[in-house]
Amino acid sequence: MKQWKLLGATAVAAVLAVSYASAQQKSITVVSWGGAYTKSQVEAYHKPFIAKTGIQIKSEDYDGNVAPIKAQVQTNKVTWDVVDVELADAMRMCDEGLLEKINPKSLLAGADGKPAAEDFIKGTLHDCGVATIIWSTVYAYDASKFSGAKPSTMADFFDTKKFPGKRGVRKVPKNNLEFALMADGVPAADVYKVMKTKEGVERAFKKLDTIKNDVVWWTAGAQPPQLLGDGQVVMTTAYNGRIFDAALKDNKPFTIVWDGQIWDIDLWVLPKGSSNKDAAMEFLKFSTSTQALADQAKWIAYAPARTSSIPLVAKYNDGKTDMAPHMPTAPANFKNAVQNDFVFWADKQDELTKQFNAWLAK
Amino acid sequence: MTADQSAAPPYVQFKDVQKSYDGRHLVVKTLNLAISKGEFLTLLGPSGSGKTTTLMMLAGFEVPTHGDIFLAGEAIGKVPPNKRGIGMVFQNYMLFPHMTVEENLAFPLEVRGIDKATMAAKIKRALDMVSLASFGARKPAQLSGGQQQRVAVARALVFEPRLVLMDEPLGSLDKQLREQMQYEIKHLHENLGITVVYVTHDQSEALTMSDRIAVFNDGVIQQLSTPADLYEAPVNSFVAHFIGENNKLPGKVTAQSNGVCRVALTDGTEVGALAVNVAGIGAMTTLSIRPERVEVNPTAPEIANRISGTIEEIIYLGDHLRAFIRAGGTDSFVIKSPNRTRSHHLAKGQNVVLGWKTEDCRALDP
Amino acid sequence: MTTLGGLAPSKPSSSDTLVAADGTPLVRKLAQVTRRARLKAFLLVLPLLLFIVVVFVLPIAQMLWLSVNEPTIRQDLPRTTARLATWDRQELPGEDVFAALVEDLKDARERQAVGRIGAMMNHVYSGARSVFVGAGRRTGSLAAPYSKALLDLDATWGDPRLWIMIQSMSQHTTSIHYLNAVDRTLDERGNITPVPENQRIHIWIFWRTLWMSALITCMCLPLGYPVAYLLASLPLRTSNLLMICVLLPFWTALLVRITAWIAILQSDGVLLSSLAALGFVDMDTAKRPQLVYNMTGTLVAMVHVLLPSMILPLYSVMKTIPPSYARAARSLGATSLTTFRRIYFPQTIPGIAAGALLVFILSVGYYITPALLGGKDGVLISNFIALHVESSLNWSLAAALGGLLLMATLILYWLFNKIVGIDSLKMG
Repeated sequence: MKQWKLLGATAVAAVLAVSYASAQQKSITVVSWGGAYTKSQVEAYHKPFIAKTGIQIKSEDYDGNVAPIKAQVQTNKVTWDVVDVELADAMRMCDEGLLEKINPKSLLAGADGKPAAEDFIKGTLHDCGVATIIWSTVYAYDASKFSGAKPSTMADFFDTKKFPGKRGVRKVPKNNLEFALMADGVPAADVYKVMKTKEGVERAFKKLDTIKNDVVWWTAGAQPPQLLGDGQVVMTTAYNGRIFDAALKDNKPFTIVWDGQIWDIDLWVLPKGSSNKDAAMEFLKFSTSTQALADQAKWIAYAPARTSSIPLVAKYNDGKTDMAPHMPTAPANFKNAVQNDFVFWADKQDELTKQFNAWLAK
Repeated sequence: MTADQSAAPPYVQFKDVQKSYDGRHLVVKTLNLAISKGEFLTLLGPSGSGKTTTLMMLAGFEVPTHGDIFLAGEAIGKVPPNKRGIGMVFQNYMLFPHMTVEENLAFPLEVRGIDKATMAAKIKRALDMVSLASFGARKPAQLSGGQQQRVAVARALVFEPRLVLMDEPLGSLDKQLREQMQYEIKHLHENLGITVVYVTHDQSEALTMSDRIAVFNDGVIQQLSTPADLYEAPVNSFVAHFIGENNKLPGKVTAQSNGVCRVALTDGTEVGALAVNVAGIGAMTTLSIRPERVEVNPTAPEIANRISGTIEEIIYLGDHLRAFIRAGGTDSFVIKSPNRTRSHHLAKGQNVVLGWKTEDCRALDP
Repeated sequence: MTTLGGLAPSKPSSSDTLVAADGTPLVRKLAQVTRRARLKAFLLVLPLLLFIVVVFVLPIAQMLWLSVNEPTIRQDLPRTTARLATWDRQELPGEDVFAALVEDLKDARERQAVGRIGAMMNHVYSGARSVFVGAGRRTGSLAAPYSKALLDLDATWGDPRLWIMIQSMSQHTTSIHYLNAVDRTLDERGNITPVPENQRIHIWIFWRTLWMSALITCMCLPLGYPVAYLLASLPLRTSNLLMICVLLPFWTALLVRITAWIAILQSDGVLLSSLAALGFVDMDTAKRPQLVYNMTGTLVAMVHVLLPSMILPLYSVMKTIPPSYARAARSLGATSLTTFRRIYFPQTIPGIAAGALLVFILSVGYYITPALLGGKDGVLISNFIALHVESSLNWSLAAALGGLLLMATLILYWLFNKIVGIDSLKMG
């Protein structure tokens, strides 16, 4: 009997050793948008996760193009284990069956004990994805370029008489049409209602016409701070976190105009068929814990998707900048804000992209 | 020809012409040359001797480093090639491949602005001249080498140039075709009365065609004379050796008088020779004797010079025999023996006596 | 029959066939002997042949196939596909088709395929995605008559155009993607009709691609011709040095070159800053002329990138033209200008044609330079193909655009062969 026990213990130990060893060698690939954003994830998620589990993380950058996911899943060679995507892409890929389903019950409960399903802000938990941050598309300007009045509303972005100079704009229809309508006087709440009509789209393009000749088009999120910094543009649409980061790091007088901001979420998704699914799920759970999400705000100005994380947001990693006013969800910033309507864009992206390119080319 | 030269001013004249490409070596060293109207003059020499450079300076593609060139009394040093009115035939024909034969011939006429009717007549005459009347519509690539060369000649003549230059024009033809073309070009020259300057390194070609030959070596004209003079009376051992077959016997001058000298060969035999290019009694010299002027076992008393030797090798060449004989301090003394009955008794290892007349033996520079 | 081969004096044989010494007809014998040599030669090229088939021919064939045959709808809506096959497009499909669709959507929902169907249909019918996804979510609660149930759910189901598109997408060979690629679509009666004017973009981009390629070719020629001439006529040592200068861009990574052009041309870049310092342009970077992220930048960089492709074929042709041709022409009385015009230039035409063809075909399909430098008006058709592959995920449309591009290139190639002859194409 004693011998059996000993044998059993040895077996258990062996199994543990093997699993420990395999955990040691295990590695997952986490794909995100690069730059300051990926750095914030590395600091808040990756490093503590590696320290805790021993699972290695290979961090890759991408430009938001999800075609590789489709290709990987369809050819059954999934090399991206966890990917940070926008909501519209998450929903679309989920509908196309390219992503693993994620049960909210499997996520960690909040620090205050609230189950994840209640703790996450409404609209940030989805069938195939878990939101980590709330970010926002805004426009920012270089304060040193304007001696007198400073831009303060969305209409100012389109007012080249009052604020002359080049504008940086992302080369897609998304967000720009919304901005144009808000600048043209449409209230944030009605933007998508107007855009669903042909006339509304025409109206948006007409407004975009007014700045077309003053636009420098950008394609990657890292470009707008550069364009501002290089003096190529005096104001540019941008992701709020990037501007915050550049302004602080390079000590530039970049100022965000929160009026008319379009907020959105970024989610972790797991492409279907990964051989590292368990480790990937482990990482997803860890990185969406209350503390991890709150920690991320220490590195970038995006708001955590969990309510329980919000009180834990404190100072930036420089130890002196208070992060709360830089959150898109701060009350002062959230007055005239609209949430990106992914259903609208899933339906209309093809058509409007075509129209946008036709407009652009002429 | 020499008579013309003294009577009328020369048609083409090189005056103290020098040419250097690199500033260190002269490719052409102080060239003075006069060519008469209607003359066929060949520049002959090994490659690198300066003959082609001389031709190119005349054509206008190279500029003399020093000196002047005159054509019909006019200095042409500053005249561009297209204004010199000189026709030129190149080694590889250089027919324009994208034009037909007629278009090639029309080209020099067109650039001279000659009217269509005259042009057609001239082209026809030129093609008839080289017997290619029915080939006008062909492209050069559809012609044989010989035909291409005839077209090239016709093209160089069709605009009635003041002078025709030919740069090894037959170099890429096979032997038979080359000989045929030699006669054709010679006849064209005779019939049209044109002045031709011809460059070649082939001495038989030069002998066949030329009125006069200028033998080039090392940037200097070694000898300028008629083919017969060149062969019969070479002025130095380079010319003697370059033109035709030649026996060279080194020796020392022991006596000299009235243009005749006695020379001791290296084996001690003493023979007589014409003193053409010797420095005086006691100086070294090279005797030059043409193989066909040597008699084997001579009987005639006027054959004054006799040396004995041993036949080393006999080569049968059909119409004549060629024998290499150890004699006079060399083991390759060549003789030619016409294939007559009595030659047949020559055999390898046989001892023979070689004899020649004093006037057939020339004492030249060592 | 005497079969003594070479030994027998050849005498008139009753049959015309010559025979070899062993009695086999000469023709067959010759074939036997050469077949082994040919087989060996074939084995030598076999690896490359397989490689080309696997990585080049098959993908292109697959892409072209995708442009006329996208199987998603056929596979995900099998019943609907079968019913619609005989639909005459005269009026709305009958109740049986609606019922088949609801059945198909139920199945599709189980397989999580509704989104895929919606996304696919959305490519040809804007807004179809939410119509399908909406119907898919409620398949459980739908009851007969299904036509009414679906119409109540979303009036879009009453649009004959939607059904025409479903029918088109379910066909084994459909022209809908090619129509889409030339800015055409089907109206509610199934007739080919142009898309709304504000969405017409492809034909325009095709023209601009061809036009810009022609412009790039025309700029490369006068820039490359003198360089190629120098390369062919300079002494070897100097020309080798020059050749290295010509090839240097060839050896430099494309991205490095493009980034360099950005650094030079951007509004605070080397060029404009120097000009500003000299007082030619405004000191304020925002007021300087825009040289990059537009057509100018694309043109400049593409001419630079493609210049070696013009120079090398020109050089290889010029190298074969002996300088004596020019001498011959000069001696015949031609001025140097006439010599160039009448003698030298005509002989370089095969090189010009080869270089121009190469540059033109390369620029027609160029992607990376216009993508990075194109900005708003410098992009080419390849960038649209990339857009449809990468972001709109409309691979069939991308394939159709690629198919048209391939066709344009083949036509060019054919024209070149007609006019100049493909055997005169010489490279490097």
